[in-house]
Amino acid sequence: MSGKRYVAAGVAAGAVPLAVLLVFFVVPLAGMLERGFVVDGRLDLGPALSTLGRSRVLGALWFTLWSATVATALTLLLGVPTAYALHRLAVPGRRVLRAVVTVPFVLPTVVVGVAFRTLLAPSGPLGFLGLDGTPTAIVAALVFFNVSIVVRTLGPWWDSLDPRRAQAAAALGASPLQVLRTVTLPAMLPPVLSAASVVFLFCATAFGVVLTLGGVRYSTVETEIYLLTTQFLDLPAAAALSVLQLVVVVGLLTVSGRARRHREQPLDRLRTTRARRATRSDLLVLGVTTLTVLLVLAPVAALVARSFQADGEWSTAHYRALGDADAGSGAAVPVTTALANSLRVAVDATVLALALGVVVAVLVTRRATRPSARRALALFDAAFMLPLGVSAVTIGFGFLVALDEPPLDLRGSPWLVPVAQAMVALPLVVRALVPVLRSVDDRQRQAAASLGAGPFRVLATIDLPVAWRPVLAAAGFAFAVSLGEFGATSFLARPTTPTLPVLIYDLIGRPGGDAFGAALAASVLLGAVTVAVTAAVERLRVPGVGAF
Amino acid sequence: MKLRTTALLGTTALLAVAGCSVTGGSEDDSATDDTTVTLLTHDSFALPDELLAEFEEHSGLTLEVVRSGDAGSLTNQLVLSKDEPVGDAVFGIDNTFASRAVDAGVLAEHVPDELPGSAADHALDGDGADRLTPVDWGDVCVNVDDTWFRENDVPAPKTLDDLTEPAYRDLFVTPAPNSSSPGFAFLLATIGEYGEDGWQEYWQRLVDNGVRVVAGWTDAYEVDFTAGGGGGDRPIVLSYNSSPPFTIPEGGKRPTTSALLDTCFRQVEYAGVLEGADNPEGAQEVVDFLVSPEVQAALPDSMYVFPVDDSVELPPLWAKWAEPAPAPVEVDPEAISEHREEWLREWSDVTS
Repeated sequence: MSGKRYVAAGVAAGAVPLAVLLVFFVVPLAGMLERGFVVDGRLDLGPALSTLGRSRVLGALWFTLWSATVATALTLLLGVPTAYALHRLAVPGRRVLRAVVTVPFVLPTVVVGVAFRTLLAPSGPLGFLGLDGTPTAIVAALVFFNVSIVVRTLGPWWDSLDPRRAQAAAALGASPLQVLRTVTLPAMLPPVLSAASVVFLFCATAFGVVLTLGGVRYSTVETEIYLLTTQFLDLPAAAALSVLQLVVVVGLLTVSGRARRHREQPLDRLRTTRARRATRSDLLVLGVTTLTVLLVLAPVAALVARSFQADGEWSTAHYRALGDADAGSGAAVPVTTALANSLRVAVDATVLALALGVVVAVLVTRRATRPSARRALALFDAAFMLPLGVSAVTIGFGFLVALDEPPLDLRGSPWLVPVAQAMVALPLVVRALVPVLRSVDDRQRQAAASLGAGPFRVLATIDLPVAWRPVLAAAGFAFAVSLGEFGATSFLARPTTPTLPVLIYDLIGRPGGDAFGAALAASVLLGAVTVAVTAAVERLRVPGVGAF
Repeated sequence: MKLRTTALLGTTALLAVAGCSVTGGSEDDSATDDTTVTLLTHDSFALPDELLAEFEEHSGLTLEVVRSGDAGSLTNQLVLSKDEPVGDAVFGIDNTFASRAVDAGVLAEHVPDELPGSAADHALDGDGADRLTPVDWGDVCVNVDDTWFRENDVPAPKTLDDLTEPAYRDLFVTPAPNSSSPGFAFLLATIGEYGEDGWQEYWQRLVDNGVRVVAGWTDAYEVDFTAGGGGGDRPIVLSYNSSPPFTIPEGGKRPTTSALLDTCFRQVEYAGVLEGADNPEGAQEVVDFLVSPEVQAALPDSMYVFPVDDSVELPPLWAKWAEPAPAPVEVDPEAISEHREEWLREWSDVTS
């Protein structure tokens, strides 16, 4: 009897995130699609369909798939060994390095674009490579942005993985390669696929990077939608492309979901593991890690170097001006005020993303006995990935056209920005938690339940001990996502409280004065705050569960 | 150790719940009443706080400024939310998007009583004249690094035609018209100069002469331009007529760059009252405020644009070094609205 009650409670808990998804994603998207497909009250797919036949659109689709696939593969190649080295090996300074690889994720794309071009332009230090305005530059920047996703989703997972299985295999005479093939890789695949699908979605919807580094010669589905919506107001064409995006995303999620589910298995978990000393067999891993750190640091170094230059000389002028309202930069508010706005919004967004994310992750990892229930859970799981794969422009404009009548007239509400950012962070939280919770042997939960533990007690004693670390890591990540979010934020009508990325974007486009220097200094500040916050969050411990 | 981390965790939680939250800090008073007026504008809007506070005090209104996107994004959002506008007044529709906004009927009639006489020079023709009030303008012009040309003993170019001469091969960088608003202004300058059927050929010549096209103004000026601080390799860049004063070196007297005044397209920004506004009287006051002498005088330093009121005094460096183009290239706003997409597609075809 109680089983039914728990199912009812589960459905009720799941209704909350679903309602949020419905209001903040489905309704706006439907609103824009309706504008595109319905002409004079009748469904007219003609203009939309003819869009899909344009060679330009086919080219954009091809380039999107190509660049996202290549970038995802490279991101995994760099990210997986880096996550291993920074979480399992006793690498000196690994805590700092873990925070450092998170920095790219929050840097505004316009700023990163300039930093990359400073390096790659024919006159720059890496100009001899001839990469300026090439697809290679675009892919490099995509890897730069996304490598932190891989490190931060896989790292905490590795933290709590019991190494004794691998040790046992080795003790039984398996070579390191055999251990990798028979023990480590099978265990790793689900979280790697999880991270890969998130990275792919981020790459496929990247916008600023493609524009800046491609020298506008390369268009993706996302840049086309941007152009069609904000410049031409060609809604049928934009709607057609949004549907195309949706189809690609759903296809990807189906494939990766299926691949994951076949491979998920219970794993032994430890509350804490000790990092081991690196040996000679780790040379390759350490080499790749060095490469990752270099890739991350080079553009960041270029950025920092330029932020300390004024009038052709080394100077801290840009930093000293950060607290001023408009010290020649014309900023609407001082950078410090924008930073405070950003932090406030990020707290709201993180709390929201975590609360919703934990609910979603817990629900989708419960064991369902009936196939129909299993399918429902799989759909529920995939639904929260969709916002990552659909254009921020479409959703942003969708807010305007769809949410314009009470009780849903949320335009201009102070909640809009934190909610939008939480929708971006939510999939990351879910993807970080699901593999961990799935790897808990369900028999442990059943045993606890049969001993009389209620569902919350089961969560607290069985799931929490292995999940708290990933939960904290996810919180740090959600915070970082919110701090750096620009795409969705910039398309939402918002009151006088710009976040730091919005202010930086505004500053960097201003022709004259010290605006450019101020934008760079503000970006460095944003990066520094991110390092501090993510490093601090990692140091937090949940008392009684994870204390050493 | 345990105690300290618990404390840390507790503090964080407290911070989250109590002060450090949007909704904890401000009561939601965005409800529609007669004392609140909402101004929709683009991301680059900036005016000194004192001026905004003064306006609120004078008018007894609470001014809420809502920014989103660039001029194009702003205009299209207005068109899409026409039936239920998010605000009362708008500032930042420019002359390349003006006819789209006017034709879509998003603007109500209003002409400020005390509109400066010189504003007439920037007014729209026809229907738009009564609905959009010109507030500021600026010239988008090709800029050159005079120091580079002197050091290399090459005479600087003067006209659009010069840019296609072999002497200036691989020297020019411009932002793209489909991702940058000054970039689009430059495309319009070439269309105005060479005609609707001749500009494609001009651009072909530019491409053949090695023009570099980048995504945004920042890129062009701060990375590729030789005088932009990024140590670039291109001494000719697309920028504004107000750019030269910013290149006066520390302790120097003259700018090291200059604007080519025969290559300019004039961008004008307008303000207006939205049709269906909750507070139309308040919106009119906002529009009147934007053309008041105080705001007009603050425009150059706040938004790097020229006031439409030519009786206000410009900042000294502007008065001396930021020259207006005597005869900027003109393109009819109606034609821009009608052909924008077609021109941008043709441009893509020519340059790729």
